[in-house]
Amino acid sequence: MKAERVQPGDAIHPGNPITVNRYGPAARANHWITAVSLILLALSGLALFHPSLFFLTGLFGGGQNTRAWHPYIGVVLFVSFFIFFAQLWRANLPTRTDVQWLSHAKDIIGGHDEKLPEVGKYNAGQKFIFWAMAGLILLLIVTGVIIWDQYFGAATAVQTKRYAVLIHSICAVLIICVFILHVYAGIWTRGTIRAMTRGTVTGGWAYRHHRKWLRDLAGRGRQTPAE
Amino acid sequence: MMDSPRTAVSNPPIQPMDSNLGERDLIRRSATASLPKPERQLTPVAKLIDVSKCIGCKACQSACIEWNDTHPAVGENVGVYTNPHDLSENMFTLMRFTEWVNPETDNLEWLIRKDGCMHCSDPGCLKACPAPGAIVQYSNGIVDFVHENCIGCGYCVKGCPFNIPRISKTDRRAYKCTLCSDRVAVGQGPACAKACPTQAIVFGTKEDMKKHADERIADLKSRGYANAGLYDPPGVGGTHVMYVLHHNDKPHIYADLPDQPKISAVVQSWKGVTKYAGLAVMGLAAAGSILHGILGKPNRVTDEDEEGAEKLTSNPSATDPGADGHRPEERV
Ligand code: HEM
Ligand code: SF4
Ligand code: SF4
Ligand code: SF4
Repeated sequence: MKAERVQPGDAIHPGNPITVNRYGPAARANHWITAVSLILLALSGLALFHPSLFFLTGLFGGGQNTRAWHPYIGVVLFVSFFIFFAQLWRANLPTRTDVQWLSHAKDIIGGHDEKLPEVGKYNAGQKFIFWAMAGLILLLIVTGVIIWDQYFGAATAVQTKRYAVLIHSICAVLIICVFILHVYAGIWTRGTIRAMTRGTVTGGWAYRHHRKWLRDLAGRGRQTPAE
Repeated sequence: MMDSPRTAVSNPPIQPMDSNLGERDLIRRSATASLPKPERQLTPVAKLIDVSKCIGCKACQSACIEWNDTHPAVGENVGVYTNPHDLSENMFTLMRFTEWVNPETDNLEWLIRKDGCMHCSDPGCLKACPAPGAIVQYSNGIVDFVHENCIGCGYCVKGCPFNIPRISKTDRRAYKCTLCSDRVAVGQGPACAKACPTQAIVFGTKEDMKKHADERIADLKSRGYANAGLYDPPGVGGTHVMYVLHHNDKPHIYADLPDQPKISAVVQSWKGVTKYAGLAVMGLAAAGSILHGILGKPNRVTDEDEEGAEKLTSNPSATDPGADGHRPEERV
């Protein structure tokens, strides 16, 4: 199966600077829901993770509320992420270029994009974050439901719950690290955040970081006529 | 005044008195890193349950309901004496009945064990609890749940090797036997021990209870129970509720009493290494990003990039396709 390089809705708008559509309004709204629920889950979960962070329960109106709300927010995260997943997974399939791209680790970290091979809509780092999130959210929802005693307390044995809570807390640590990496990469790579606020990026951004995507869009005539 | 009552049978003192169990007597407090060392050490107490003397009358269950003012629902008879069918937020102690055929004698033995919190010296419930002060341990050995601090997460259930705590369906807080801490605090023994008509349940200092158990075990041995013994499992540091068992070589025949209880290794790693390693890894990730953000140079789009985009979009075929620009991406 070939990785999808251009997605429905992606298009170039001539202008000064050129802008390129990356995410439509529905995808952006959904991504914000995913982001906010992940942050709320991290805060409410960490409150129970270690006594030194228990004060975070204050953000949710006390320990009982924190405990009660956390799993519901988890369900919101799960649903919104997997809607997103359905739209993006094809564009995140690994390709040969990803291997070459990754072999330039030094240039990636140094920000020397001109030395990197051209990539499509997503680079290998973004793909890693995508699949890591998908796997961890799956593990978190499965183990989270097992320890959701209010509704599923009688469904499993205590020993199963012990394993579940252990896996849940390890996955929580990992997803928080992946989240930090994701947000940091977005901030460090200037011009990225507007893809999540306005839904567009500049032509220069696309040329620098995802030239193959831009080339494909241009080659397929996905351009609105100049005004 | 004596610091802990020495028996459950004596009548209560009639003059008003202050509670003799308080914050200053805590030796452990859940999710609390630094707890001041108590100035005094209370005499450790224990409840001793002699399974061989129990007649299964359930006076203890009734006394427990009465004293703690709980309201178990009217039960349903399913053909066994164990009633209600399990411990609950309204039933802190439960007589569990087992019909066991002794393979050596071919006799049917009716085993009756009073189930409930064992008041472990190393309590798994307390270790697992994330809420500061929801579970406490006094220097006399009593492990108590402080309901106003409880958040209802059910971690204590996972931590307990005896499957004791229960979360209330109405107020979402954890409940279990208190060893009648509110009675012990004012010089009285537990309600269940006081109610027991055969004195199968006795209460006193842990030392006295061990001596009393020795006498009972000697008696049982003289009557042919060669394996009679005291159940005070070392895996949890010993307990402040102990059993005299006529078959102490196989505790599991008494309605699955664990042979060698200890805090599960899964719980130990969840509450131990996972927490330290987890905090360290998350802290490093956060600190690393911030440092790179301050010290590193951001990855900015240049004017050349914008010009490149301009050229590429105005005439896509004329520009250099780059390293492998037009080769379709293959899946690895
Ligand atoms: C995806 C659906 C999720 C469900 C159904 C879920 C459910 C739960 C439940 C039931 C608990 C026990 C406490 C309570 O009852 O509130 C818990 C604890 C926790 N959750 Fe989640 N959760 C989910 C996702 C997440 C995510 C995404 C994170 C991290 C960002 C997370 C982090 C934590 C942490 C750190 C704890 C505390 C673990 C500990 O005490 O060691 N959870 N979760
Ligand atoms: S249910 Fe209550 S007592 Fe039990 S672990 Fe959670 S906070 Fe602690
Ligand atoms: S028996 Fe269970 S609930 Fe009681 S002190 Fe031990 S670990 Fe805690
Ligand atoms: S010690 Fe008190 S709380 Fe515990 S079983 Fe006996 S009567 Fe009930």
